[in-house]
Amino acid sequence: MTFRIHSPVLAVLITSAVCGACGESAQPANAPAATAAPTTNPVDPATAGNITGSVKLEGTPPAADTINLSSDDYCVKNATTKTTKVYVVDGGGLQNVFVYVKDGLGNLKFPVPTTPVVLDQQGCWYTPRVFGIQVGQPFNIVNSDDTLHNIHALPMSNREFNRGQKLKGEKYQTVFTVPEVMLPFKCDVHRWMNAWVGVVAHPFYAVSGAGGTFELKGLPPGTYTIEAWHEKLGTQTQTVTLGAKESKPVAFTFKI
Amino acid sequence: MRHRFAALVAASTAVLIFAGGLVTSTESGLSVPDWPTTYGYSMFTFPLSKMVGGIKYEHTHRLIASTVGFLIVILAVWLWRAEPRRWVRRLGYIALAAVITQGVLGGITVLYYLPDPISIAHASLAQIVFSLTMTIAIVTSPGWMGAYSTRGAPPNDRLLQRIAIVTAAAVYVQIIIGATMRHTGAGLAIPDFPLAFGHLIPPNWDEKIAIHFAHRVGALIATVCVLATTGHVIYHHRDRTELVRPSILLLALVATQVTLGALTVLTRKDVLINSLHVVTGGCVLATTVVLALRAHRARFAGVLNAGSKERDAGSTQQDPAYDRSLRNTGAIRAAGDHA
Repeated sequence: MTFRIHSPVLAVLITSAVCGACGESAQPANAPAATAAPTTNPVDPATAGNITGSVKLEGTPPAADTINLSSDDYCVKNATTKTTKVYVVDGGGLQNVFVYVKDGLGNLKFPVPTTPVVLDQQGCWYTPRVFGIQVGQPFNIVNSDDTLHNIHALPMSNREFNRGQKLKGEKYQTVFTVPEVMLPFKCDVHRWMNAWVGVVAHPFYAVSGAGGTFELKGLPPGTYTIEAWHEKLGTQTQTVTLGAKESKPVAFTFKI
Repeated sequence: MRHRFAALVAASTAVLIFAGGLVTSTESGLSVPDWPTTYGYSMFTFPLSKMVGGIKYEHTHRLIASTVGFLIVILAVWLWRAEPRRWVRRLGYIALAAVITQGVLGGITVLYYLPDPISIAHASLAQIVFSLTMTIAIVTSPGWMGAYSTRGAPPNDRLLQRIAIVTAAAVYVQIIIGATMRHTGAGLAIPDFPLAFGHLIPPNWDEKIAIHFAHRVGALIATVCVLATTGHVIYHHRDRTELVRPSILLLALVATQVTLGALTVLTRKDVLINSLHVVTGGCVLATTVVLALRAHRARFAGVLNAGSKERDAGSTQQDPAYDRSLRNTGAIRAAGDHA
């Protein structure tokens, strides 16, 4: 009986392992910046302008929840904060808002930076929590913690991946192949760990920082749809027409 | 002895289902990204010190699953070597095939990031494995071997047999809907209970609300079926303890299950309550299977004080090995002990 059962079981296991391996190799692991960059920069520095702005929060955000870190002693001792980071408000300005040119660039293609964007797992949190990257730009995920993390990307358009990093200093490199705003990450080991990346096809994106301010530099003249995204408050858009060498302000206000 | 071991396997399967419930309740299913290894370690050498966060739930689930798989291998081999009834031996093989399939489904669901159909199949097959091990425990028990004959021949009540099977089927369909709800994230699609958005019928519909509402309607149908079966037993067969006991247990389990279901919504999916809801669902199914099996006992071989020609004729032709074992041992109960 054992032999009768053994063969099909082995077949299933081997098939499963092979499929698993296929899935693994199909991922863009260790394949930095394979996307071909255009040969010329389409932006003329002589006419490029800037969009500067700020994101405000109207209303009082709810008190930050205290996270129960007790499932991992390392996090209890080393967590950089023990409360949620959903609303980071600084003088009325809302941080961690991803602002980018959603529309207006037409068919322009831009050089892909070769400098990797780094997402660090540090003190049992993702750093940064919200960030941007260009399609094809190298993306490094680093574990700076002396505990295990898994980095689980949950895209709608790009390839999903889930990598375990059991050692401090482990690094995983990948690229995103299509634009996607926003692409979430989570750690299934530590449920409170979340991050979001905005994957865009151009370099005109920013994340609101101190005071909720941001800047989109070096835009060619044109009319643009600018979108601001916040993890809880959703999105807002504005249309901006930028002339040569112009600098225009844009203000977003999210309400609770 | 074989019966006790089978009962142990069934109990360990229930523990495994509870552990699986904890994995989904804590959303830890992908906290270990690789399979069959755990962060590159062999499953059994993964250091306890590294069992942190969601890994605790997922890796423990894997360890319990391996143990249950090993126990079912032993059970299947034991039945193969020692069980005279061919159909019982086959039950052992089916349980073994089911638990291996279950393990592979568990692996695939991890490697492919919890695809809903695979995760739902994994959750639904778990209940089949539990019911199979429970069935083996029942049909190897002294009571079954003795045809529950202390109060005369077991009843051959066709109506009871039919409604008991319909009840088991209704409960299983309800479990599949529950697994679908769980794995599609529809557990709180209707946030209030017992009403739905303040109404008897949800005023707005989407896919998740439909799945959630189907689970509530399924609970109602399953409960009606259980009440019909247990009511029939208590009204018509109150002297048959082998039927009355599981009926009373079934009523208690259904009451518990409905309460846990309500609390799952009201506590916004508390981990413990949610997981208990999963395993109690399994217990409800297993009890309906036990009741259905016992309701059909008269139609199996080896019934004392046979009152039905049909039964006798069918039994000796269907299961000569069983009768041979009876001839060898001289008494059905002795045959049960021997088995």
